Amino acid sequence: MSDILAELQPIFRDVLDDPALQITRQSSAATVANWDSLAHINLVSAIEQEFRIRFSLSELAGLKNVGDMIDLMEQKLAIK
Amino acid sequence: MIANAGAAMLLRKQKGLRRELQNRPNLLIVRIAFLCGSTVNEVAAFLELLLLEQGIQPVFSFSDYNKYFEEAVLDTARLVEFKPDIIFVYTSSANIQGWPALDTSESDLNAQVAAESMRFGAIWNGLQSLGAVVVQNNFELPVQRLFGNYDAVSPAGRIRFVHLLNAEFAREAAARTNLLIHDLNGVAASVGLKAFHDADRWFSYKMIATPEGSLEVAKSSAALVLAIYGRTRKCLVLDLDNTVWGGVIGDDGPDKIKIGRETAEAEAFTAFQEYCLQLRSRGVLLAVCSKNSEAIARQGFEHPDSVLSLEHFACFKANWEPKHENIKAIASELNIGLDSLVFVDDNPAEREIISAQLPEVAVPNVGSDVSRFISVLEDGRYFEPLRLSREDLKRAEQYKENVQRAATQGRFQNYDEYLESLEMSAEVAPFKQVYLDRITQLINKTNQFNLTTRRYMQPQIEAIAADPSYIALYGKLTDKFGDNGLISVIIGRKENSTLHIDLWIMSCRVLKRGMETLMLDALVAECQSHGINEIRGYYIQTERNGLVAGHYTALGFQRSGGDDRHQVFKLDLSQGYQPQNKHIKEYIHE
Repeated sequence: MSDILAELQPIFRDVLDDPALQITRQSSAATVANWDSLAHINLVSAIEQEFRIRFSLSELAGLKNVGDMIDLMEQKLAIK
Repeated sequence: MIANAGAAMLLRKQKGLRRELQNRPNLLIVRIAFLCGSTVNEVAAFLELLLLEQGIQPVFSFSDYNKYFEEAVLDTARLVEFKPDIIFVYTSSANIQGWPALDTSESDLNAQVAAESMRFGAIWNGLQSLGAVVVQNNFELPVQRLFGNYDAVSPAGRIRFVHLLNAEFAREAAARTNLLIHDLNGVAASVGLKAFHDADRWFSYKMIATPEGSLEVAKSSAALVLAIYGRTRKCLVLDLDNTVWGGVIGDDGPDKIKIGRETAEAEAFTAFQEYCLQLRSRGVLLAVCSKNSEAIARQGFEHPDSVLSLEHFACFKANWEPKHENIKAIASELNIGLDSLVFVDDNPAEREIISAQLPEVAVPNVGSDVSRFISVLEDGRYFEPLRLSREDLKRAEQYKENVQRAATQGRFQNYDEYLESLEMSAEVAPFKQVYLDRITQLINKTNQFNLTTRRYMQPQIEAIAADPSYIALYGKLTDKFGDNGLISVIIGRKENSTLHIDLWIMSCRVLKRGMETLMLDALVAECQSHGINEIRGYYIQTERNGLVAGHYTALGFQRSGGDDRHQVFKLDLSQGYQPQNKHIKEYIHE
């Protein structure tokens, strides 16, 4: 299931417009350039559309980094 | 490309696309201030891409979230400093404060609507002195209907309240010259309220719409911006077989084409013809571009059930030449740019070749099913008007008269004789109140005969009309074929004994008629009575005004500096001036 990180890679590169970006499980808005509040909305929307999942308010509020996001996505994709 | 892309793709690629599009040359900078009732960044991001694709680089300023009232009325420093060309008051039903209480009576309701509308009236009044065009969202219908169907009836119903408030906004916009309504209600309805709204996005980000909803809002806003800058299309070019009628007229015969009310298919073609005729009646020109022999093609419009007839077309090209050649000929005969044309053809191969050969022409992907044509054209928002002037309603006739004039032209020994035969008369006079709408409209949509391509909004035009330091003239031209209406404008600014021509434009439908000489004669007469002894003209080169590069030289001005892209010319009046107009008679110069 760790290939979710690989699938997220191009989405982050597109949304943040940085073709060389390498995200890891530890990446967060604090460590990645251009990851501002609008980019965050775009990231969430793009991931929701790409993976056909929906995040609830409480789920989004609990995310601290990309790793948390991947764990949450794994749960959601397993249920599907 | 942007216009056909989905919201998901645009969100993901937004930053990269923006970077690419910003590399285009000659972008027109437009300063847009948003007064935000909700978070509008996503709408603005889409709007920027849509405008960039049309050659406009918007520069944005955003009010603090939900401070749309304060920053328009109380603390306007940020707006004043930003100098916006356009101000979007981006409010929605989420910003309505004066919802009627449950015990509102029928007799209280109107006062309640007026009170809420006045809150916005204060915003519009507050913005007036900025000289920008104000665009106000109307209100989308609320999703919640506390009273169910009765919500549309009860004086306490929010559905009824929104309907009344929107009607009030419409009345205000019709009465104010610098206020335009952005029909948020119409956009939300066409997306569907359930697909338009997303409660999570509202609670998390204070955005009212889904990405799809934001994109539709942006498209509709972009159409308004383009209309404000005169970048609307002027002419619908139609293929014939299987586009305006069913079947192939050359093979099936003129009496076998599908049109009328007999079958569902025939009805669909009839409906499309009716739509085209409606567009024509509000000023959009119609032209034919078809691979057919002309005599046979014409017979299609003599069919007893045809809604369109030959007289409705400003230009008719039915032959076996490649369509892109014919489309170029249509643009040149009508004296309009290729970027004024929209081409409708059921054949994807023809659409492809026009898109490739003439990228300026809009070629909507209408498919091959005539029942979809209207909705695809509507989605393209090609013909968005800001308001309808009397000129619009007569335009199609005027272009037809032009075709008659062109036919006459062939019969004369020389061009002077032809001009004489037109029996032209003109009126040139300082700006008058009744014409300010039309003057603004002409200024903002004229691209070819435009020496400086300066754009003015209506409030600025009103100010100039009242300011004695300006000499501002309009010209109207009539000939034996009809009234061309108000077709030329000069704005001159006095500085001591020199007049600077900030703007000189003319509608291309009266090109080569000598109207510019009459305009100059009148301008000089005005100057002489105001003690002006030198006129300075300016030519600022754009991609589209090459037509007038030699304008001032032809009128006897001397080049006096500037570089190629920004030329300066001088006309010395101290040695007198010989009037130049030869062919335009009986002009009334008030």
